[in-house]
Formats: sequence, structure tokens, C-alpha cells
Amino acid sequence: MTASVTMIGRSIRLSRRNLDVVIMAIVLPVLMMLLFVYVFGGAISAVESYVNYVVPGILVLCTGYGATSTAMSVADDMKKGVVDRFRSMPISSFSVLTGHVAASVARNALATFAVVLVALLMGFRPSASPGAWLLAMGLLLLYVLALSWLAAGFGVIAGSVESASLLGFFMLFIPYLSSAFVPVATMPSFLRAVSEHQPITPVIETVRALLTDRPVTSGWLALAWSGGLLVVAFGWATWLFGRISRR
Amino acid sequence: MIVETEGLTKRYGSQVVLTGLDLKVAEGSVLALLGPNGAGKTTTIRILSTLTRPDGGTARVCGFDVVREAGAVRGAISLTGQYAAVDEEQTGRENLVMIARLRGLTRPASRSRATALLERFDLADAAGRRVRTYSGGMRRRLDLAMSLVTPPRLLFLDEPTTGLDPVSRTTMWDAIGDLVRDGVTIFLTTQYLEEADRLADRILVLHNGGVVADGTADALKNSVGGTRLDLTFASVEDARRAEAAVGGVADGPVLSLPSDGSAAHLHRVLDDLRGARAGVLRVSTHRPTLDDVFTSLTAVAA
Repeated sequence: MTASVTMIGRSIRLSRRNLDVVIMAIVLPVLMMLLFVYVFGGAISAVESYVNYVVPGILVLCTGYGATSTAMSVADDMKKGVVDRFRSMPISSFSVLTGHVAASVARNALATFAVVLVALLMGFRPSASPGAWLLAMGLLLLYVLALSWLAAGFGVIAGSVESASLLGFFMLFIPYLSSAFVPVATMPSFLRAVSEHQPITPVIETVRALLTDRPVTSGWLALAWSGGLLVVAFGWATWLFGRISRR
Repeated sequence: MIVETEGLTKRYGSQVVLTGLDLKVAEGSVLALLGPNGAGKTTTIRILSTLTRPDGGTARVCGFDVVREAGAVRGAISLTGQYAAVDEEQTGRENLVMIARLRGLTRPASRSRATALLERFDLADAAGRRVRTYSGGMRRRLDLAMSLVTPPRLLFLDEPTTGLDPVSRTTMWDAIGDLVRDGVTIFLTTQYLEEADRLADRILVLHNGGVVADGTADALKNSVGGTRLDLTFASVEDARRAEAAVGGVADGPVLSLPSDGSAAHLHRVLDDLRGARAGVLRVSTHRPTLDDVFTSLTAVAA
């Protein structure tokens, strides 16, 4: 327990000293939101208020970006001698990765806060009750945790920071094939099949429904996807981290 | 026995690194594993410190099996690796406090332990600076300090001075020498005979994944003939005549011959050469280097 707390302290300290990563984690989603609302938003007429529609999508997009930075920081650690030191000490094998994941969640919380703040200035008018807000944030937290552990696993096997950053390409691309930016119904049918059944869509739809006070239809599905992904990703990442000792 | 291995083998793909390594190290001793790059030194240390699993054979460290009881081994050892295992973006003090917390010390105890170690390793002035700004020697000293946050029963040092300048190397040797005097059991690897000579009371020479020699530094040096005399002559003919008169091996105008390094032996050789009318231009003496030890040992082993 102390080991995990110590490693979280370490990762947050390292993250604070690598401010460009933190700044990018905040600025990028805000810029994406500005881009979508002001550049594309006018032409997207399938929904009433585009800013209300797109904010949940942006929030999920920035979780993907945050997860990529986790993969990169883990990969960076793995090639340094300091991981050998940790592994030769009597501490649990997941505490090193826990530190990185916690720092990722903290960066994401900052980014989420910034996005919501800027969105409110841009006319975002959520009609959610405090309870619904809590649920929405809770689901996002679960989803961020799952993605971050997945990214931590990628970081362990990536071999280099450069390959770890490739994850970012997928993480930033996949949300486009979901209901993040446009309703799935407007897509061609083959794409709709993919978009409706990938894990991001139920998460976005649930957050959107919660924030705009509409009936939640895919809540359990979103929970199952996020929870399931978290369990699998956590197991996979810690197994990988333990396995490197067999080499 | 604090370290005991039997038939340890390891291969990476088609490359065989260890070919049945048998080791016995007594508690309280300082053992140096000597060998060139690729001899299997780092692999041995990685297996003994639980970072790598052997393919075959067994290894017990501090009484625990390195594979089945890795956790217990980790609790008893400290490792200072070949590449300074420190966090570049943390300060020296933060690095030490972090390790102390991971070792289970309380927050106040961690802080005071860090202060004591920074003082002891001459890093107090740099305590608040990020390690990124440290010199190579300072990093190694911090690395060593991090291995001593809680006193280990066995300390592994993997090439502790490789890549250091001569001054930093001497400082590092002094620091390790202090530990030896304190009675810490040390298992170190090195490619420098001088380092092994200075720090260890027993040297194992590793070659092609197996031990080819085992003994004290003096015993190893004597096994390759002690001191060597190199005599340079004015001509190749002079060197040949000298070879006929006093023995040794002539290579061009230089004649090399074994010696005990005494002035009396040198006098005798020069007297004999005067009789052979071979004019010596220069005389130099050589203590055996790792190269010499190595060449002779591997020649025997092959």
C-alpha cells in the first residue's frame, strides 16, 4: 500500500516536472472542441445544439489522449535503470504502473475540468442534476482507468517511447468512428455497425444522456464495457510487467 | 554460503550466455566477477538479483531460491546496476526518500536517512538539485546510496565504475572500500583487474559463460608469470642475439621476457646482454593486465 502511494507521489511529481505533457493534455481537447463547434459545428445540423452534443465526445476523446501519455511515460521508465531497481526491491509488481495510471487520471481530471469550463463559456448548457453529474464523472473515471491500464500495458511492451506514441494515433482516431462528433444514424450502414458496437459509443451516449437530462439507454452496457476493459487491462498490464523478469 | 549456484544456464535465442555456472560465495566476503563484455557477468547478476530467470540450474541467495522465493531474496539484497538506477527528474533527496518509503521506513525516518546518506556520500550540496544536472560520478554515488537506504545482507554492484573518469573512479573505490571495512558482503562485476584487485578478496574470471579461474588477485597475476620485461634494441639482429643469450621472445627489435621484477634480475640480464654484445636502448617493465591474464587463461581453457 505504502509502495503504491509512494509510486503515485513519484509519478505525479515527474508529471509536474514535465509540464508540456500536462499542458498538451489540457490544450488539445479544448482546441478540438473549438474546432468542432466553430468550424464543423455550423455544417452539422443533425442535432439541435451542437456544443451540447459534442462535449461528452470531447471528454471521451481526451481520455484517449491522456492514456497515450501513460503509455509513453511507462515506456520511458522501462528503458531506464530505475525500473530494474524497483523490480529488485520487495514491492508489489503493479505499484510502479499504479503510479503512472494515477498520474494519468489526475491529468485527465484537469483536462476534463478545463473542457467543461471552456464549454460553459461557449454556450454549453447541461441540465443535469448533481447526482447525474456524479454518475457521469464516475463513468468517465472508470473509463479513464480502463484505458490507462491498457495504455500502461502497451507501454511495457512498446520497447520505445516512439512506438508507445503510436497508440495515440488509434486512441485519437477511434472516437471518430463513434457517436462522439456526429450521430451514428448519419453514417453509412457498414460504418454504423462498427460505430454502434464499439465500447466508446455507449460510454459517450451515457455521459451525454446524463448531462443533458435525457433517459439513459446504454448505461449498463457502458458500465460493462468499462468495467470489463478495466479488469482485463489491469490483469494484462501487471502480467506483462511481471513477465519481463523471465527474459 | 550467501550465494550458491549449481549448473546455472541462460541463453538468449541462439546465443548461449551461461553454460552451467557453479558459484559459492561466503558471507562477509567481497567477490569480483571479472571478464570482458559479453562474458555473462551482467546476466549472472540479473539472475541472482531476481531480474532474470535462469533457463536451467538453481541459484540460492541469502538462503532463498531466486525463482521460487524471489520476494524473500529481494528483501535481503540491494542492486546497483550498470546504468545508474536513479530518477533523472527527481532531486537527489527525493530519490533517497522515495526508496526509503518503498523500503517501509516512516516519513520522518526516510527524511533523516536521506540526510545522513547525502552527507556520507558527499552529495549534501547537490541534495536539492535534479539528478539530470549531476556528473557521472555523483550519479553513481547517489545510486550506491540508494542501495544502502536499509543495510542489505548482500550488495550487488554491476560494473560500478565503468565509464567514470579516473578521479570519480577513485572516489567510488573509496566509498566501496568503506563498505568492505564495515563488513558488507559484496558481489561485484568488473572488466578491470585493478578494480577487482583493489576491492575484492576473491576473483572469479568468467569466460564464455563459465568460470575459468578462481583465486586472489596475486594468485591470478602470478599464474601468468608476474612481471614482464620489455627490452628495446637498436636492431632486429641485436634482439635475435639477445634472445639466444637470455631467452624470452623477440618481436622485431623488442625482446620480452618474464621477470620477478627485482633489480637483481634486471642487473643479471643486462650483464648477460653485455657479453652477447647486444646494445639495449630502453628497458620497461609491465605488470600483467586483464588482457594478459585473460589471454593466458582462455588459451588454457581453449
